[in-house]
Amino acid sequence: MVPGLAYFLVFHYGAFVANAVAFKEYVPFDGLWASPWVGTENFSRMFGDPDFWHATWNTLFIAVLQLVFFFPAPLGLALLLHSLTSDLLRRFTQSVIYLPHFLSWVVVVALFQQVLSDTGLLNTFLSDSGLHIVDIIGNPDAYKPLVVIEVIWKDAGWGTIIFLAALMQVDEQLYEASAIDGAGPWRRFWHVTLPSIRPIIILLLIMRLGDILSVGFEQMLLQRQSVGPEVGEVLDTFVFWQGIVGGDTGYAAAAGLFKGVVGAALVFTANRIAHRLGEQGVYK
Amino acid sequence: MEKPRVATKAAKAVAVTVVLALVLIPFLVIVSTSLASNREVVDNGGWVLWPSDPTLRAYRTILNGGIVTKALGVSVGLTVLGTLFSLACTTFLAYALARPGVFGGKPVLLLILFTFLFPPGMIPAFLLVKGMGMMDTYAALVAPVLINVFNLIVLRGFFQGIPEELYEAARLDGAGDWQILWRIVLPLSKAALAVVSLFYAVSYWNAWFHASIYMESGHWPLSQVLRTYVIGGSQIADTGLSEAGMVSAPQTTQMAVLVIATVPILLVYPFLQKYFTKGVLTGAIKS
Repeated sequence: MVPGLAYFLVFHYGAFVANAVAFKEYVPFDGLWASPWVGTENFSRMFGDPDFWHATWNTLFIAVLQLVFFFPAPLGLALLLHSLTSDLLRRFTQSVIYLPHFLSWVVVVALFQQVLSDTGLLNTFLSDSGLHIVDIIGNPDAYKPLVVIEVIWKDAGWGTIIFLAALMQVDEQLYEASAIDGAGPWRRFWHVTLPSIRPIIILLLIMRLGDILSVGFEQMLLQRQSVGPEVGEVLDTFVFWQGIVGGDTGYAAAAGLFKGVVGAALVFTANRIAHRLGEQGVYK
Repeated sequence: MEKPRVATKAAKAVAVTVVLALVLIPFLVIVSTSLASNREVVDNGGWVLWPSDPTLRAYRTILNGGIVTKALGVSVGLTVLGTLFSLACTTFLAYALARPGVFGGKPVLLLILFTFLFPPGMIPAFLLVKGMGMMDTYAALVAPVLINVFNLIVLRGFFQGIPEELYEAARLDGAGDWQILWRIVLPLSKAALAVVSLFYAVSYWNAWFHASIYMESGHWPLSQVLRTYVIGGSQIADTGLSEAGMVSAPQTTQMAVLVIATVPILLVYPFLQKYFTKGVLTGAIKS
């Protein structure tokens, strides 16, 4: 128990305390503790910084896109898989669609670039067929949809695991009973399947809400360059760019802390709403 | 249930085929291109769906003892050692938290779950690693990510599912905690241990961000090399790795690096895949 506990104390709570740097003017030579306190100066500077608002706006926009397009994707896939009558085909499809989850973002981004860049697979095909090429990588307008499509490609398959398990636990008798009562496939889906897996959908939705400001740090960092910070910067890359590349440590820590506090507040709120609606939520 | 209609069946077949193609075709293209000859790649405009004359030249070039070979060594070492350390620490902690009546069990669990809700942040973590003098050491790539809370909860859930009678019987026979863990708990938890090891191994294998901020370029693991040379687009030839002129079609080399970074995952994947649902779900349900 001791090494594990020590890990959490040092690397989580230790780092937690080090958040104090958000209220300091960090001087590398003096180190964290000797650097002078500046109160909330970093925060007031942050709220007046247009770059920070750009990053926040991009984050929220991508988060909403993910919520609308990525969140239902595993559910849809799971329903499709669940409805397959061939066991072998279902297992094979499952093995294939879980796979991208285990690739690193570096591999996934490289893969998308090979397929979609102006000299990539898609455009070579288009120009060979005498059609116009489409610029997808490096096109600021395409960036946000692109990153959401990447997330869907990588993790929608993996996300089906939990829905499939929930679907398995739906009582067969309910289906039979409603079929006898004359409910067609759609009505059965609407009145039996969906209500049965509602708790798990809400649970995942709450967890997603708490994490809404984390839209995928590694993924964004890898691609921010191709469209520039105006479009590609999200809160996480903002923190990275200001603090670790730019050396503006206190300022970046303030932005990171802001993100953490808002995220935690969102989980509490979402959970409270879930309780109001009579759902179990993440915790009691 | 009644027989599904033909139209429904056809729609499903199309949907499944599209999903499978979307995942599999990129893989096929990468492997094929990495095996194609330079001429074929150039003729084809940068990619090949099925090489007419497969050659391992790209692999021979990059595995010639240059930067990729070295990074491969770093990645393998890091993955093996990191996984062992993480697995050991996670197992001990999960066991302690799974047994009733361990001193401080409940508060410690809350303490840990809280970090899940409120992660400390990138900058403080960076300052901490720097402050502990771990820059450019491999410890910087293992210590800060030693235990994953999700994996911990999965294992704890699994340990709790072992019948209490087994623990009691072992105690009556005079076994201590170490013996119980080693002789009873671990052999019964093979599925969960397999899943957790895979998750750790994959995350160590794929990690590049920490390497990019903590490590000098000479000590980079493979994924960071991949990032620089494939996504960043730098020529591997520039680093003096291969003789000039060897790499006339950079796509072949890039694809070969991609394949090398992916193959180990593809190799362990089929063996562990059957445990996924079981392992992931125990964790999900308990938490």
